[in-house]
Amino acid sequence: MGSLFRSEEMALCQLFLQSEAAYACVSELGELGLVQFRDLNPDVNAFQRKFVNEVRRCDEMERKLRYLEKEIKKDGIPMLDTGESPEAPQPREMIDLEATFEKLENELREVNQNAEALKRNFLELTELKHILRKTQVFFDEMADNQNEDEQAQLLGEEAQEGGVNQTTESMTRALITDEARTAGASMGPVQLGYMEKSNEREDYLPCFVAGVILRERLPAFERMLWRACRGNVFLRQAMIETPLEDPTNGDQVHKSVFIIFFQGDQLKTRVKKICEGFRATLYPCPEAPADRREMAMGVMTRIEDLNTVLGQTQDHRHRVLVAAAKNLKNWFVKVRKIKAIYHTLNLFNLDVTQKCLIAECWVPLLDIETIQLALRRGTERSGSSVPPILNRMQTFENPPTYNRTNKFTKAFQALIDAYGVASYREMNPAPYTIITFPFLFAVMFGDLGHGAIMALFGLWMIRKEKGLAAQKTDNEIWNIFFGGRYIIFLMGVFSMYTGMIYNDIFSKSLNIFGSHWQMSYNKSTVMENKYLQLSPKEDYEGSPYPFGMDPIWQVAGSNKIIFHNAYKMKISIIFGVIHMVFGVVMSWHNHTYFRNRISLIYEFIPQLMFLLLLFFYMVLLMFIKWIKFAATNEKPYSEACAPSILITFIDMVLFNTPKPAPKDCEVYMFWGQHFVQVLFVLLALGCIPIMLFAKPMLIMQARKLANVQPIAGASSDAETGGVSNGGPHGGGGPHEEEEEMSEIFIHQSIHTIEYVLGSVSHTASYLRLWALSLAHAQLAEVLWTMVLSIGLKQEGWFGGVILTCVFGFWAILTVGILVLMEGLSAFLHTLRLHWVEFQSKFYKGQGYAFQPFSFDAIIENGSAAVEE
Amino acid sequence: MGAAFFPVLFFTALWGAVGIGMPIMTPKGPHQNLIRCILMLTAACCWLFWLCCYMAQMNPLIGPKLKRDVVAMIGRSWDMKIVDG
Repeated sequence: MGSLFRSEEMALCQLFLQSEAAYACVSELGELGLVQFRDLNPDVNAFQRKFVNEVRRCDEMERKLRYLEKEIKKDGIPMLDTGESPEAPQPREMIDLEATFEKLENELREVNQNAEALKRNFLELTELKHILRKTQVFFDEMADNQNEDEQAQLLGEEAQEGGVNQTTESMTRALITDEARTAGASMGPVQLGYMEKSNEREDYLPCFVAGVILRERLPAFERMLWRACRGNVFLRQAMIETPLEDPTNGDQVHKSVFIIFFQGDQLKTRVKKICEGFRATLYPCPEAPADRREMAMGVMTRIEDLNTVLGQTQDHRHRVLVAAAKNLKNWFVKVRKIKAIYHTLNLFNLDVTQKCLIAECWVPLLDIETIQLALRRGTERSGSSVPPILNRMQTFENPPTYNRTNKFTKAFQALIDAYGVASYREMNPAPYTIITFPFLFAVMFGDLGHGAIMALFGLWMIRKEKGLAAQKTDNEIWNIFFGGRYIIFLMGVFSMYTGMIYNDIFSKSLNIFGSHWQMSYNKSTVMENKYLQLSPKEDYEGSPYPFGMDPIWQVAGSNKIIFHNAYKMKISIIFGVIHMVFGVVMSWHNHTYFRNRISLIYEFIPQLMFLLLLFFYMVLLMFIKWIKFAATNEKPYSEACAPSILITFIDMVLFNTPKPAPKDCEVYMFWGQHFVQVLFVLLALGCIPIMLFAKPMLIMQARKLANVQPIAGASSDAETGGVSNGGPHGGGGPHEEEEEMSEIFIHQSIHTIEYVLGSVSHTASYLRLWALSLAHAQLAEVLWTMVLSIGLKQEGWFGGVILTCVFGFWAILTVGILVLMEGLSAFLHTLRLHWVEFQSKFYKGQGYAFQPFSFDAIIENGSAAVEE
Repeated sequence: MGAAFFPVLFFTALWGAVGIGMPIMTPKGPHQNLIRCILMLTAACCWLFWLCCYMAQMNPLIGPKLKRDVVAMIGRSWDMKIVDG
């Protein structure tokens, strides 16, 4: 058997490596990716291993690289990804790498720190600038107000109220309850702190603080001030329109300038406390307009200076990052390789003389040559003189399962592995799945148009394979589609074929060869009858449409479904039974390969008999019915006499006497059918006890014999061969614990019951082929009549416009529902048919996958982990 | 039996060629067996699928029931004249 039909033969090998050459050799093996190392010190914890320091250093390097990567991404600098994979550097190069990364990291951190300090400075200055600018307005207003106050006192109560209203536009006003406001209005200016004093002009020295606060904190801040100071402060605020950058995390924040007027030291401390509590920054703000102007000038010049310095810092940072971005991916690969090598070295044992490392590994037998070559290369590179030694070891352990796949078979193997990794050297269903999977899918999805859309999509992905594979995305759905591109393509192609057989293209039929039904009506008949049924006797040409369904059925609106159901149900059962028989035959390959004679004779043969005698017989009945019964025949083989296969089958299994046939018809299709059926059922029933008891009984007997003569090797072989699936290499060893006899009986009975009941339910389960295919065809037809035909019925130029819109809608629904959703559902049903109905006949799936030490896989996983 | 000789022979020969002829001609290589397996399964599935459809229509037990306008439409476009009278 060639590749993929069974997993590779594996060997457990012992590998002796010179300490100096170990690193280089492991690096070569990592490039090769064909060796799975076993942990030889599983009880030693990770911190006590030999190369733990090196691993830690690599971790540290990786951390630094990740930091660099983060910074690079923050600045949006493109990272050069050549896709090439540099060789793992020599151990001594590690120091250089470390030094480089250390330098880069320090430099970057310093730059970042400086930039942050500068930015904070910048922020403070901008805030101050805004304060000076905004407070100017406040002070101006206040000056006006004072004037107004004076006027108000002269003008009397009404004017005063107006003045109050003007000054209290701020939100403070909103916080005073209505009563308070009306009270305030009646009491005049007394309400506001500084105004109270304004009556005594000589004492009027209001203190104030100015600052900046986050805008969303402002309302709470204002309320707090009002309550804590019992309304004896006055707050004015103004928004800073442009958002400011927060130096710590680079976010844009909105802030507001505020200025608080109050009186007295007690209030001052209180206000300052509240400001502190709300994280408001206070800035000195001189009272005199001239000072303020001077300060503003100073601030402006300092801001300009800072801007130049900041720009230079940013430039420097950019330069450093651009330089790092060129090499970053390369460095990542290198560091990950070093780390992987030391990780692997940690799995090794140290020889007593401390001069050589001992490793144990699983290798595929076919690749031992390549591995030895790689080891020799590694030795040469390290300059060591002693060649490494690769020894095969005897083992009783189950080797890992390794299926060598290529880009085409990989996806199909993944479908199988998703159910369970094959036991070692078990028949692998993947090569058969390559065809049966798309085919069964297509039986459900059969439509030339929809199949063509799917096939074209698959073909496009296959053609653009390289480009699409290079642009890695973490879009999971896309990755699934892309990974299954060959499956999608084949599913599409097979759907096109089944679509042609069903004669369905977007729910319409093609009439290529000309219908084989004739009409011989005259006009009056057509006019008189609403429905006309063609007679299978006179209007049928005698031979069917050569390829696929006759197009006349597509237009036969009223009994098309009846005809299709009969046909599709039959093909579902026919293909289902053949698929299951195929599965049982696969188990024959397993039994012969593992020299499991007991299972071959007492399991495989009765299983096959059971399936053939009952279900394959039913399939034969279908063919007989197709051949023997025709409308053109005389009774008892005319259309009126055709028996129902299902009823016949049920009667057969239950030993019922069939219902008497209509006049001139016969109950049975052929001579001696009753006898044949009874015989078949009895034989099939007879198979059940054989499946149930024969194998455990024989094992029991063999064990008794073995107990009498404990040396008998031959019988123990047969015995353990029956119980376990140990292959010719590893099977039947002393490591296997003998199963309890009762357990064997229980297992066997479960297995038998599962098989017998399963073959009934599995056969019925294949009817999903009919159901899904019917649903698909109906849905396509509904979409045509309900959507597209509306557009087709419009007339004139306006009809063209409507048709365009309707077509767009129809196309979207076709792709979205019929191709995508129906496709997905058909896919899942096909998957189930393979996993349950097919594989349950032969597949154990109890192995574990071969996970070779491979740099490619490690680097791929590493980058995926980072992107998450 | 309502089978025509030519179509049966043609499609059987076609899929026979795919399922038997092509596997014989498959070039030697690591994937020879896999390709053979694929070809044979394809041929078997497709041939049987075609055969089932053919046989299901071979001896029809019912005839298609057509609506009046469909009958008229078929008479016009499928070259089946509806006789006057």
